[in-house]
Amino acid sequence: MDFSSLIDQIGEHTANGLTKGAIYALVALGYTLVYGVLRLINFAHSEVFMVGTWAVLGVYTVLGATGGSGVGLVILATALAALAAVVASASTALIVERVAYRPLRKKNAPPLIFLITAIGCSLVLVELFGHVFRVFFGPPFGRALVSIPSLIDTEVWLDLGKTSITNMQIIVVVGAVVMMVALDTFVNKTRLGRGVRAVAQDPDTAALMGVNQDRVIMLVFILGGAMAGVAAILYTMNYDITKFDIGFLIGVKAFTAAVLGGIGNLRGALVGGLLLGVVEVYSSTLFSSNWEDVTAFVVLILVLMFRPTGILGESLGKARA
Amino acid sequence: MSDSGKGSDTAVASPKGLLGLPHLGLRDKWERGPIWMKLPVVLALVSFCFYLPFLNILPFAQVRTDLSAAGTDWSSVLFLIVVYMIVAVGLNVVIGLAGLLDLGYVGFYALGAYSVALFGSSSSPVTISLQEKFGFSEGWAVPFAACIPLAIAFALVAGVILGAPTLRLRGDYLAIVTMGFGEIIRIILRNATDITGGPKGVIGIPKPPGPVDADGRDFFNGLDVHRWYWLALIVLFLLMFLVRRLENSRVGRSWLAIREDEDAARIMGVNAFKFKLWAFAIGAMLGAIAGVLFASKQGVVEPNGFKLNLSFLFVAMVVIGGSGNMMGALFGAFLITYLPERFRFLDQWRPFGFGVALVAVMVLRPQGLIPNRRRARELEDRKAEAEEAAVDV
Repeated sequence: MDFSSLIDQIGEHTANGLTKGAIYALVALGYTLVYGVLRLINFAHSEVFMVGTWAVLGVYTVLGATGGSGVGLVILATALAALAAVVASASTALIVERVAYRPLRKKNAPPLIFLITAIGCSLVLVELFGHVFRVFFGPPFGRALVSIPSLIDTEVWLDLGKTSITNMQIIVVVGAVVMMVALDTFVNKTRLGRGVRAVAQDPDTAALMGVNQDRVIMLVFILGGAMAGVAAILYTMNYDITKFDIGFLIGVKAFTAAVLGGIGNLRGALVGGLLLGVVEVYSSTLFSSNWEDVTAFVVLILVLMFRPTGILGESLGKARA
Repeated sequence: MSDSGKGSDTAVASPKGLLGLPHLGLRDKWERGPIWMKLPVVLALVSFCFYLPFLNILPFAQVRTDLSAAGTDWSSVLFLIVVYMIVAVGLNVVIGLAGLLDLGYVGFYALGAYSVALFGSSSSPVTISLQEKFGFSEGWAVPFAACIPLAIAFALVAGVILGAPTLRLRGDYLAIVTMGFGEIIRIILRNATDITGGPKGVIGIPKPPGPVDADGRDFFNGLDVHRWYWLALIVLFLLMFLVRRLENSRVGRSWLAIREDEDAARIMGVNAFKFKLWAFAIGAMLGAIAGVLFASKQGVVEPNGFKLNLSFLFVAMVVIGGSGNMMGALFGAFLITYLPERFRFLDQWRPFGFGVALVAVMVLRPQGLIPNRRRARELEDRKAEAEEAAVDV
């Protein structure tokens, strides 16, 4: 128990926690959107994020961008990488939906079956990057940790005495919040968003009102995938690494965050993600980094015991979300 | 789709054969067969299971896994298959019969393995502190026979502790909470070095007692692995018998009612929470027994042997085989353990192939390979409902 260190560096730890939590929150949106509409845990979503990080690496490699590149190239590479990550993640999510979920949806299979196909899909995706692509294209694919060039140097932007906040932390948190506000507005204010909410509320009635269910479901997977793509570019900018199985732990945490905030609730994903990130960083200071996963799950169990629908409650379907 | 979608119940229940007589499948014939016909078949099957380690007649011997240079010892593979079959029988109670999605089953498996390791090994931190506290000699440890009830007790307690607060949650939440539980167990095993030996694990796990054989070795040793396999097989048959009795009892019928419609079951007076807790505890117990067998044969346990992926594998066994049907779960466990060993020469392609197979089997046959009758019919109903809904729209 290291309280003095926690209190002493509270600002620093909070900043780290929020950065971590912002990534969780973005990935959590994918779980929450799909759950809100289909009542289904998309366990393959973690791999959607993983594919995004590889897309970033791919763009950097093709453009030859490294830390020493000129300003123009850095901006171009970052913008293209972000785009590539979003496209790659969204299309992965879409493919998973088409291959693994749609045939089962037509048969109205129980949720357990979706879970198994999701596990199968995530295994396939992981192995594509961990083994299959290595056989055909060689490194950097494979089971080793791959470093991604860091184009923008980390520097301190805000110096508040004991707390110094870096540009990366600001980019990650601001980027995540902006994306989330955009998504929230999209779901609440646009015609397509209204379709999403309608299907979440009552699929049959929505269909009677002329909402194309299949299109809405595809849209939901694309939106969730795009958010995971944004998470991927922010993650690679901040941590400069990727790996074939990088998605697993982040996926588990993001799902925990989604449940914590209230699954199916977009704002809940933000609250849950940020809270989980901060709790993890605090607890790893208090105890040791070995225990941070335990605290994450203990917090989840405690919250569910006293508030079984998460902090903000489930409500993609209700007017509030 | 044939006629089952048209809505008539009999068409779903038993497709009519020639002359309007009910068409009897192999399984019906078997179930209706007289005991004098069944008994020899069952006996033959059982003895064939016991004979398997020595299978040497071509072409049947091709199923052995130790043919190539990279192959693994056939008896060890058989042993592992049976251990996972015990796991599958246990998890089938939780998932298949009671309909509770448990993604942390590996936690109970680990608990069983670690109970026999911590109390049975004379060099584990727990026994050393017991030795010091009570002044026992250095080689002292809890005897193997006493470790089994210990493991069962731990698993039951853990099952109840985990189940009591979480079984009131809805299904999806239960999945994530149990998943968290599985991870918590592994992390505690890894981090609480003073109690569990930490990342290095525990060595010197005791073996079951037995007569010394002709060569002066223990009965259960590292060379005569087929004896381990036989032991596991006997345990499996015993547990299968017990679970089968449970399935056909009041408890089993309650599970079924809860799985199909919890609210309706409650109205009929079934104490849903109590029976769900029972399913959880019984599942936990079977998982722990499998863990005990595994740890004892291995002689060593370490926290990394109990990762979350193993939990997913266990769930896949039950669902691929056909959840709710014990034979299906056994078959699933067999396939998922045996195929990777038999196709060891495919090396790193195996997980990829496993993923593809998982998706393919589930998309083509959502009810599992050997489905539970009742469950399959539920699925047919759901499918018919979906088609009707599609027509309505």
